[in-house]
Amino acid sequence: MVLLIFLIAMAVILIVAAIYSIVQKDLLFAVLGTGVVSLILSVFFYILQAPDVAITEAAIGIALTTIIFIITIRNTTRDEDKYNDDYINRFKSDKDA
Amino acid sequence: MLKKLFVFILLFTIGYFLVNSLKSIPLGANRVGSIDEPTTVSGYYLNKSPNALKVANSITAVVVNFRGFDTLGEVTVLFLAATGLASILYRKEDEEEEEKHTHSLSKRLNLPSSSLVRTGAKILFPLILLLGIYVFIHGHLTPGGGFQGGAIIATGFLLMLVSYKGFTTNHNVMVWLESLAGLGFVGVGLYGLFAYGSFLQNTGWTGNLNDLISGGFIPLIYIFIGIKVATELTNVLDTLLNIKPRKK
Repeated sequence: MVLLIFLIAMAVILIVAAIYSIVQKDLLFAVLGTGVVSLILSVFFYILQAPDVAITEAAIGIALTTIIFIITIRNTTRDEDKYNDDYINRFKSDKDA
Repeated sequence: MLKKLFVFILLFTIGYFLVNSLKSIPLGANRVGSIDEPTTVSGYYLNKSPNALKVANSITAVVVNFRGFDTLGEVTVLFLAATGLASILYRKEDEEEEEKHTHSLSKRLNLPSSSLVRTGAKILFPLILLLGIYVFIHGHLTPGGGFQGGAIIATGFLLMLVSYKGFTTNHNVMVWLESLAGLGFVGVGLYGLFAYGSFLQNTGWTGNLNDLISGGFIPLIYIFIGIKVATELTNVLDTLLNIKPRKK
């Protein structure tokens, strides 16, 4: 019973984190949301008796993918709207010139 | 907002049909038949991997032995991804330009880490490497294998790359390790082709169940895969972290 309540709470956090990472405009927090999704998914894989997949999810999903996205954000722009505006303005100035 | 609503409606529709189709699958039911007389392919694998191949982890037996050619394809995909990333991000050294165009965010991130982080990374790094090597050497006995162990080793290198500003990997060593691991995998496959009649065919000798050296070629192939995945992912991270900021 305790395990069931724990699992349901984890599933709710997973869905909330997934929706958060879609809706969030700040890309850094969105990436951290996907990291939380991977963390809970790896626990679920372990509970569902798939430890191989759980190890893969933990190493690649939590650490490597999140860090690669953070490095990409460091080299581009953190704010989604600002990036879109910059992107549109670049084409506008090209057309004017 | 309307676009997002549309996306959510689409997602819920797909989710509804996914759940409905999952309901029709008898999850947890015994569809394998008895282990001694299997009626399905999965039952055959579950029967054969401990009895004939002497591999305790039947997932490893499927990935490396029964579906070994697919694993070679996966390794090739990862290799091509790493090569493509490196060829896109490679830029020639131009230090003056770098000084001029470093913007404030990367300037702040280029500060050296605190001594706490650096000492912790130095202590954790060999332990993480040891765990990764353990995972891929014991791939046929315990959960995990070449991909998992390689990814764990790459996270260890990631820790060092993030903590120490000047930390770089020796490029020549990485290239040689990766090439030799890839050639080793293909070489084992070709040995199977010439000695036993088909590509990646396992040896007749398998040893005893739960021994470290057992299961024919399986531990050897997983060591090659582990080295290859570790070097490729470390190369990806090294390339990404040492890229210069795009000029404004």
